[in-house]
Amino acid sequence: MDTYAELIECEDVLLFANAAITSTGQREFHGGAGEQRLSLDFLHRYVHGNYPGLYAATLALDINDHNAALIIATLLRERGAVDGRLIARRLARMSPPRVYRLFRQLQRDGVNNRRTRAIMRDWLLARPDLAFDAVKYRSAVKAAVRHAHLKPAGELGDFLFAPRRRTRFDTPVLEAWRRAHYDKKALYDLPYTVAEGFAARHGISRAVFLERIAPRLTRLERLRLTGAARGSGVETGADLAALPLVRAASYVLSLPVEERRRHVAALRAGAARVAGARAGTWGNVTAVLDDSFSSYGSPVKKRRPLAVALACHYLLEALAGRYTGLWLSGRAEAVTARPAGATPLGTRVLDALETRPDRLVIVSDGWDNAPPGLAAEVLRVWRRKLDPAGEVRIAHLNPVYDAERFDVRRLSPLVPTAGIRDAEDLPALVELARFAEGRTGLSELHAYLKERAWST
Amino acid sequence: MVDLTGLVTGPAQTWGTVRLVPLVRPEPIVDLRLHARVFGDELSMALLPDRTVYTAYVPHAFVASWTRDGTPAAAYGTQLGEPLRRVPIRTHRRMVRREAKNRLRILPLHLAMEGFLALHFGLPEIAWEDWTRAALAGGLSPRVEEAYSGAQVRGLDDALRIFEFHPGQCGLLLYVGDALAGAFVVPHPEDYRALHPTLIRDLFGELIHEYALHYPVRDFRAAIDDGLVASLADLRRQAVRQEEEWAGFHDSVMAAGLTAPNVQDVYRLGRFTLKRFLPAFDRRAENHIGELITDEEGRTAYLKTFRLSQAQVRRGYLLSELAAHGWSLVATAATLRTSSAELRTRIERAGFARLLR
Repeated sequence: MDTYAELIECEDVLLFANAAITSTGQREFHGGAGEQRLSLDFLHRYVHGNYPGLYAATLALDINDHNAALIIATLLRERGAVDGRLIARRLARMSPPRVYRLFRQLQRDGVNNRRTRAIMRDWLLARPDLAFDAVKYRSAVKAAVRHAHLKPAGELGDFLFAPRRRTRFDTPVLEAWRRAHYDKKALYDLPYTVAEGFAARHGISRAVFLERIAPRLTRLERLRLTGAARGSGVETGADLAALPLVRAASYVLSLPVEERRRHVAALRAGAARVAGARAGTWGNVTAVLDDSFSSYGSPVKKRRPLAVALACHYLLEALAGRYTGLWLSGRAEAVTARPAGATPLGTRVLDALETRPDRLVIVSDGWDNAPPGLAAEVLRVWRRKLDPAGEVRIAHLNPVYDAERFDVRRLSPLVPTAGIRDAEDLPALVELARFAEGRTGLSELHAYLKERAWST
Repeated sequence: MVDLTGLVTGPAQTWGTVRLVPLVRPEPIVDLRLHARVFGDELSMALLPDRTVYTAYVPHAFVASWTRDGTPAAAYGTQLGEPLRRVPIRTHRRMVRREAKNRLRILPLHLAMEGFLALHFGLPEIAWEDWTRAALAGGLSPRVEEAYSGAQVRGLDDALRIFEFHPGQCGLLLYVGDALAGAFVVPHPEDYRALHPTLIRDLFGELIHEYALHYPVRDFRAAIDDGLVASLADLRRQAVRQEEEWAGFHDSVMAAGLTAPNVQDVYRLGRFTLKRFLPAFDRRAENHIGELITDEEGRTAYLKTFRLSQAQVRRGYLLSELAAHGWSLVATAATLRTSSAELRTRIERAGFARLLR
């Protein structure tokens, strides 16, 4: 390890990465939304003030969109050299509503420098179909175009700012929007969210509307509407296996237990897709999965920690050669998991170590309370006394940001802890966790960030 | 001492100054259950699977539409069977509307507590209803003490919210700043789940309120001596010992304060007996007042205690002396070595002026 200052820098950056992966500024089980925002805001200021270069570089990591938007807003607001390409690449990965929300934020904050306008312009021009965006996110596109001082080509400008000027549009989606005002058939060519309003205006029954709009639904709309549409006798044909794992797990956990079992195959298929070529290469893996009451999350993040644990369960099952999943409650069937009971992590970690795994993955929010601190002691004695060489590779993945500590809660200083948001990032996180163990230094971390920045 | 046979102390969970000790019943009592009304309209929830008859109970001060015309009323004292003894509650319109949702509510603040105190001494109920109205309108005339609802005790709401139930949990001992604030036991885990949120509406004296502002209590920390560990089996042995120590930590250190010297039987239904108990009204010790339902062997099926504040202990002392002397001012004054006029003033100061003629 290099110097003391570098050690601190390395730690700070990892801490920030953990926060930026997990925190969404929403209420969590142990802390309110206000605390989360305050804590996160401080962290952003701190890291931006002290390590501006690394601050921007974290955009390349798998941090969540909320934090990516915060970072971009901060970078554009403050003076200083910023790699515009880094921002552009991140914006391209974010979902369009998020980006439009960010643009709105910039507008509200009065951030309108040349760099900001250029980034907005490039992003808008790179949209595959701006006319479609203009229909779906009409006011947001309008605001962005206005804020970036753009002059949209052709009839798009008219559509946004003076739709009545034209009696017809040449672009199909714009024309569909115009005709949908009086023609019931035209609205089925529009995106679902827009068509829904027109359907209500024309008094079209829900069943008929859902059936005919079904082909236009996006992936997530399909999933969200599955239950409601089934009530009207329409199958949306949501494909669970194609969705992000945690999203699929969240959906499955929202169903009654009997129905959940029908989706196990889809979850397994999703996990196999994510595992890809790495399937079965991780050797002997044991996971300790948290289904204590705190894995309920909060009313705004319902069962999120539990969904992460469930997604990790299926992914590890796919990655491992031989896999054992141990739930805190002791249940055998993962898909029936429900958030209830205390958190006896220590005992379960012991059970896990007894299976003699090559890797031990703990997915928990780290509130070890039965008894408090037993997991830390078990891990400490294991590392110090029974396995000093580190033959069993242990990683703790934590889906919850602890506002008070400005980090995810750790189990033990001897075991690396990483924040986790999407189960898909699990392999990368286990890799990132080695920086937290203190064996690799700042230069490697820099190199890693740089490599990530260019590979994505 | 309250007989807590059949209940096992679970490991405690702490949050700030609040320590919550779960009481777990390995074998829940199935033939004594919360009155179906408590669960709202879902009558099926309290029905036994084999449709055998069970005895119902209603916790003290529990508000629901007991009356035929649907107006809210509070159970007056814990009730076995149908809640016959109840107090009509006069609420303003907004509260009535919230009542319509059949949500769990416990009578708030001093009504519950003072009513409880009065109840123990068998005061005439007519006077009580009259007094309720006066207290609701203007509070107790000379407010000599403060009482706090659970929501006002700092950190208690969070502690109760994040508390992780134990499987089979049927009760809770609640400590604030490591002073026992109350004990709560029900016969069945389902009842406990239904009533756990109402704990926030309990009443606490100023002692508890102030303790909650102090430093966080020290939590148990597991510590394993790695000198004793040479294998994984050793490690497990040590971990099990830690768990035992942790569960035992509470039993040996803290559960001593809950004594019930003056127990009286109130009502008997089937194999269950409803009892009330009073403390010794000793100003130097913890004073808990409470109700319990026991089975034929004297084991506790239901228990609810309140810790009296110092002012309430004084009142209780006064009432107990009065009751002991058949509510005769002269006789009581003679025992307390004071004049009848002075005693009258003391009663008035204690907020019981309406009891005087």
